[in-house]
Amino acid sequence: MIKLGQRKKQLSRALFLAAFVATSLQAAKTDVTIGMQLEPPNLDPTGGAAAAIDEVVYANLFEGLTRFGSDGSVLPALAKSWTISDDGLTYAFTLHSGVTFHDGTTLDADDVIFSLDRAMAEDSTNAQKQLFANIKSVKNVFDVVIIVLNNPDGNLLFNLAWGDAVIVAPESVDLLATAPVGTGPFKFKNWVQGDQIVLEKNAEYWGEPVQLEQATFKFISEPTAAFAAMMAGDLDAFPAFPAPENLPQFEADPRFNVIVGSTEGETILSTNNLQEPLDNVLVRQAIAHAIDRSAIIDGAMYGYGTPIGTHFAPHNPAYVDLTGKSEYDPEKSKALLEEAGLADGFTTTLKLPPPAYARRGGEIIASQLRAVGINVEISNLEWAQWLEQVFKGKDFGLTIVSHTEPMDIGIYAKPDYYFQYDNADFQALIESFNVETDTEKRTQMMQEAQNIITDDYVNGYLFQLAKTGVASAKLKGLWENSPTQANDLTGVYWED
Amino acid sequence: MKLRSLLPGFFLVLLFFSAALISYIWTPFDVTLIDIKARFQAPSATHWLGTDHYGRDMFSMLMVGARTSIAVAFVAVGIGMLFGIPLGLAAAANSGRFIDETIMRGNDLVFAFPALLIAIMITAVYGPGALNAIIAIGIFNIPVFARLSRGAALSLWKRDYILAARAAGKGVARISFEHIMPNITNLLIVQGTIQFSLGILAEAGLSFVGLGAQPPTPSWGRMLADSQTLIMMEPRLAVLPGLAILLTVLGLNLLGDGLRDWLDPRLRHER
Amino acid sequence: MLRYLFKRTLILLATLIVASLVVFVTIEVVPGDPASYMLGMNAEEDTVAALRIELGLDKSRPARYLSWVTGLLTGDFGTSYTYRTPVAEMVADRMWVSLPLAIFALLLSTLIAFPAGVYAASRRGGITDTIVMALTQLGVAIPNFWFAMLLVLLFAIKLSWFSAGGFAGWDAGFFQAVKSLTLPAIALALPQASILTRVMRSSLLDVMNEDFMRTARAKGLSRRQALWKHALRNAMVPVLTIIGLQFSFLLAGAIIIENVFYLPGLGRLIFQSIASRDLIVVESVVMILVLAVVLVTFLVDLAYAWVDPRLRSSR
Repeated sequence: MIKLGQRKKQLSRALFLAAFVATSLQAAKTDVTIGMQLEPPNLDPTGGAAAAIDEVVYANLFEGLTRFGSDGSVLPALAKSWTISDDGLTYAFTLHSGVTFHDGTTLDADDVIFSLDRAMAEDSTNAQKQLFANIKSVKNVFDVVIIVLNNPDGNLLFNLAWGDAVIVAPESVDLLATAPVGTGPFKFKNWVQGDQIVLEKNAEYWGEPVQLEQATFKFISEPTAAFAAMMAGDLDAFPAFPAPENLPQFEADPRFNVIVGSTEGETILSTNNLQEPLDNVLVRQAIAHAIDRSAIIDGAMYGYGTPIGTHFAPHNPAYVDLTGKSEYDPEKSKALLEEAGLADGFTTTLKLPPPAYARRGGEIIASQLRAVGINVEISNLEWAQWLEQVFKGKDFGLTIVSHTEPMDIGIYAKPDYYFQYDNADFQALIESFNVETDTEKRTQMMQEAQNIITDDYVNGYLFQLAKTGVASAKLKGLWENSPTQANDLTGVYWED
Repeated sequence: MKLRSLLPGFFLVLLFFSAALISYIWTPFDVTLIDIKARFQAPSATHWLGTDHYGRDMFSMLMVGARTSIAVAFVAVGIGMLFGIPLGLAAAANSGRFIDETIMRGNDLVFAFPALLIAIMITAVYGPGALNAIIAIGIFNIPVFARLSRGAALSLWKRDYILAARAAGKGVARISFEHIMPNITNLLIVQGTIQFSLGILAEAGLSFVGLGAQPPTPSWGRMLADSQTLIMMEPRLAVLPGLAILLTVLGLNLLGDGLRDWLDPRLRHER
Repeated sequence: MLRYLFKRTLILLATLIVASLVVFVTIEVVPGDPASYMLGMNAEEDTVAALRIELGLDKSRPARYLSWVTGLLTGDFGTSYTYRTPVAEMVADRMWVSLPLAIFALLLSTLIAFPAGVYAASRRGGITDTIVMALTQLGVAIPNFWFAMLLVLLFAIKLSWFSAGGFAGWDAGFFQAVKSLTLPAIALALPQASILTRVMRSSLLDVMNEDFMRTARAKGLSRRQALWKHALRNAMVPVLTIIGLQFSFLLAGAIIIENVFYLPGLGRLIFQSIASRDLIVVESVVMILVLAVVLVTFLVDLAYAWVDPRLRSSR
């Protein structure tokens, strides 16, 4: 192997380097190391659905016509301004000038056309193709992007802010997965598979420059390792820290801040509405009353999370508190089961994906259901199996998952969505909502939608997932909430 | 004199095996009952070893965990013996011929695969759970018993009285069953205890990474995995299951050593 | 000798071929579609179908097997479904963690076991012997992942001498990298050291009872001289075998340890690939590990035969 002399040299060099690094750490920091649980499979947000992709690239490497602000509002990004025709069918976007991609090529309206056409194409592998379903055509008219819709759509600007709608260039499109080229304030530097991704500041960024020179995303899926890494200072922040039980230790430590915010994740006990006996609304109601939400929030999330009574985010102004309709009442639960003719209870499956809210929440719910006579067989699945069996195969009775897309109550209007709820009235309601542009009417419709799905006890509504982040006390600018799955580092800086 | 191995071993094994058996009819508390309000309680008169992060009684959890580990290891060793011994005896009886070669190569093939890795692959790919864990561990027991039986039987085949029986026309299978088997039983028992203890470790390892018995069935390995993030808050949750595994395996090893010396002093020491 | 070598090589190749078949069949029968995993919950059917074709999942199984095997032979381990990078690269990266870890653990375990085993054998029946035997009994019985957890609790969390996980990377310097492998290596080494100690001791004891040893003593050699000149060399044979076996235990046992310490090694790669149903990666990595084990066994057999000519003729 290595000769002794060489090893001595290496050792002294390493020691010297260590000392050098230690002292240089004392100076003002311009780089940041962020911890993430899941490593993205690739870096193309328009080609695959893993949330982890957006968590690295959204707003950092790639930009769309619009973008999400930290409070969930839709803000202009590559589009400087836009106008909407009176009939709501034509949108004209004027782009910022002087925007370049990381490889030097300029951004123009043709790139936007290219990106949107690519997403909408027949053979596109874009995971959110339905975002573009309403688009009839996209044209370049004197460098203004004209988007014509099939129907008026109050959601277009919102949809264009998604990570799946970011603008890419034809020159670099083949490399997106492994060497992404975008227009964002950071450039891709390198990727050590299984370990980390490094981004560096884009000196030629068209907009407001970021205050960091380098950003590293480290992938640590084990909660114990995450805890150790934060404590040891190997990480500067872990925006979605996976072990809520460790948070009190961080709170007690002045070196750290615990940043608790909200996400768009409605954590629900999804119920297969077409499987017996879950197809009986009385049975689903019985399940709702057998569940004690506070036990789940305490036991699985150690107190982090807000109870919900319907599939809607509580921080959203249109939210209706319907938790009263599914209060913890095991006696009522048993009575309902008897009414449904199942006084002896029944058996069903509970298939759980990897996250703690599912695995732990699942064990707790299983015990609660058992107390009223419902026996569940727990299967712990990896995401791939969960997608195969539950999501595609619809082969399940119950499952627990958090739906993190914003404003996704529309999934209840899809009768072949995995929980298979088919209500024509609800579908009609959502259709009118999609074309409605008046904000007051939209709010009313949302409230009505929430009531419908709660009265039908479509799923067990558990809690809104909290964003539990831990960060070094001196690091500022991190998003508190998660209106979309992203780690937007554009406003992050070190305080001296 | 070697009883100093045998007795402690025997008692440890007795302790855990009894706990496992008793758990089938009684445990102080129901291990499927989750009571969040009762969590993290220190040992007391009601909860002899305290409660875990779900409010479940640790003593009961350990008892049922014993049942899980022992059951899996038991059946896995059973599979190993059931298939391995006949294969080994057949190989020895037909020494040098095709069937012997095939069995030997088959053994080598299985030995070539890193056992734990394959067990992980099997359980991850075909579904986690006690049954697949048993099969995965069991498969790797087969060549062990095959090789052992073959080796021991080979030396016995050279004995005069066996040769005489052969000359008298007795069938190979009958000879294997009536004469060879009884004489290798001691070896098999000793190896059995060793494989048993390895099985317990393997099951704990598989459960630790989530591939063994599934919730709500308690398993020592999974208890350890669950305790990882809580280790600073409540170290007891990590220490107790680990200790249980350690003591059971230790007991089996001591028992095996003691049995080896007790049953056949001619056997080599401390292998 | 040549005939023996030839025979062993043939067996080696046959084993590898059968192993590759077994690996391929076991994994390809799996339900679970890499394409839908990659595209997630809201993707549409045609998108998934497009990806399946792109990834080559539409070809027949025999065709996939053949292309995989020919690839292996030419050093092309395929391209990972999920990461879109060559598997060979990923494996090479991970090797820089797993191999040093295995070697480190092997070194530790032999460094502990040799002196302990020799000392215990030479003081057989005495207090030291008893203590060593008791400690090794414990060492063999302790689950290494539990031991790892305890090591982390004490040395990383309470004392902060080591970090609780993660690999510093060879770029951070030899010392840093080795430091991050220390606790894992200790956890891996402990049970192996215990086994090795006992084998060393018993092997020595056996040899010391042999006739030629008594002859040596009768010739006037002191106990220690006899030990060093004759016993040790002869005792090495079973010890070498065990070391060879240990290597495969270390490679496999490292899988769980890598989990506890969050090391980006081969074990972690396997877990991740199984979880994401990245079949090509799983197949290739398993084959590589099997190859490693088979090679080491082969080499040990050769060493065995070279040392002890009696073994060359029959098995």
